[in-house]
Amino acid sequence: MPELMQFLLSGVTVGAVYALVALGFTIIYNASDVVNFAQGEFVMLGGMVTVFAHHAGLPLPLAALIAILSTAGIGVALNKLAIEPARGAPVVSLIIITIGASIFIRGVTQLVFDKQLHRFPAFSGDEPIRVLGATILPQSLWVIAGAVAVFVGLWLFFTRTLIGRAVLATSNNRLAARLVGINTGWVMTLSFALSAGIGALAGVLVTPITLVSYDVGIALALKGFAAAMLGGMGNPKGALVGGILLGLLEALTAGYVSSQYKDAAAFVVILAVLFAMPQGLFGKKSTDRV
Amino acid sequence: MTVLLEIEGLGISFGGLRAVNDVSFRVNPGEIVSVIGPNGAGKTTLFNMISGIYKPGAGRVRLMGEDVTGISPHLLARRGMSRTFQNLQIFQSMTVLENAVAGYHLQESGSVLADLLGLPASRRRAAAAREGARQLLERVDLARAAEMEAGSLSYGALKRLEIARALALNPKVLLLDEPAAGCNAVETEEIDHLIAEVAASGVAILLVEHDMKMVMRISRHIVVLDHGEKIAEGDPATVSRNPKVIEAYLGTQAEDAHAHG
Repeated sequence: MPELMQFLLSGVTVGAVYALVALGFTIIYNASDVVNFAQGEFVMLGGMVTVFAHHAGLPLPLAALIAILSTAGIGVALNKLAIEPARGAPVVSLIIITIGASIFIRGVTQLVFDKQLHRFPAFSGDEPIRVLGATILPQSLWVIAGAVAVFVGLWLFFTRTLIGRAVLATSNNRLAARLVGINTGWVMTLSFALSAGIGALAGVLVTPITLVSYDVGIALALKGFAAAMLGGMGNPKGALVGGILLGLLEALTAGYVSSQYKDAAAFVVILAVLFAMPQGLFGKKSTDRV
Repeated sequence: MTVLLEIEGLGISFGGLRAVNDVSFRVNPGEIVSVIGPNGAGKTTLFNMISGIYKPGAGRVRLMGEDVTGISPHLLARRGMSRTFQNLQIFQSMTVLENAVAGYHLQESGSVLADLLGLPASRRRAAAAREGARQLLERVDLARAAEMEAGSLSYGALKRLEIARALALNPKVLLLDEPAAGCNAVETEEIDHLIAEVAASGVAILLVEHDMKMVMRISRHIVVLDHGEKIAEGDPATVSRNPKVIEAYLGTQAEDAHAHG
């Protein structure tokens, strides 16, 4: 029993990270139909910039803030320099551009920083907390709380605020959105900033547990993408549930079968779900009419 | 009376093709002006230039005396220009009501924080938008479909929904691209009344329409395009007697008659 509890706790922690990455995917996807494969790089940048700002002598909260803001800036730059000039290109081309951007960001990070693994101290110490015979790191609670807070914030943003609904309107029909006075260019800028900022936040939260180096983004982007697809791309609820489910699947497979199979098991389950529900668990059926 | 919309020497070419060339006319408040012409005459292209979808190659568009040539559609919406599309631009996966509410986007602007906290002011704005949207849906006879997904409506109903959304912007100039296309006789008459009503409230209306009976019935002024050029303009009676217009519409027949005569 304590064993199961341990697997569940670590699954939820990993799942919360996937959920944060998936939420980042959700925003850009909602605004532009683009799946941004540089999302993992945002997470990596969040960790790396915090590490180096902290080493330079800044207090950790300030270093984290700088990391989040500068990553948001890089997100905006990605949109302005790479996505916007290709406006009108098919979505697939835009997605390939984001893959290119991901490779580029990784390369530049390697040059500007280094290729080493880094970490900074956990926010509330490293003393494990005992829960029902299992243990959880205080930092894991930070990660889980971060994912929940971002989810609630996004949910309110999309359902309650005018700008949030403008983002949804833009994704639904860009031309119609412009006709009712929505500045779709600004919507895109905001989406990339928000998405990159959330990715960076994930990086800040998780680095004390998993460490960070220039190349941690690829795996995270893949898992976050899988989580978003599992939950239903574009739906914040789907991103959260998909992320946590994926984390749990991995932890349980690693615990009861073998850690070598954890990725495979997770992807097999995702494939099975998508066979039965191609739109994901919470995805809307698409009703495009020609 | 001030001119609401003034088109001066508007033109555009695609590659070597001159789609529209040197077209000028004006629309006054409360006036319904129709643009007619055979298929491919450049009517929709002209609309796209006026509404900022295309940047004109030549000429100017003035809205209430201000030069708005080539500025983007969302800024034109802010300045009081609203339009519908021949091939519909609807938020397909939103409900009918949400589509209409979207038209209130500009009037609803408030702070993100007030929205997030659900402050009374932002709740009031949202409620006002919903109420206004419901009334508009009533006006275009779609109130019963308010909660349906827009994508599931018939073509004629979507046409009316698009008009409702355009009206939600409370425009000073309204561009309607074939509002009656795909509508039956009864629906067409309803749209007729709606357009006349809107014009009566002082809105300048520019219309592209193939239903000649409708055009002749409601237009104050008609502009005739052929091969991208303005070949005639005037009131319905004058235009319908104009030999150039008759030739443009019945060209081959007239030539045939001549050849055989």
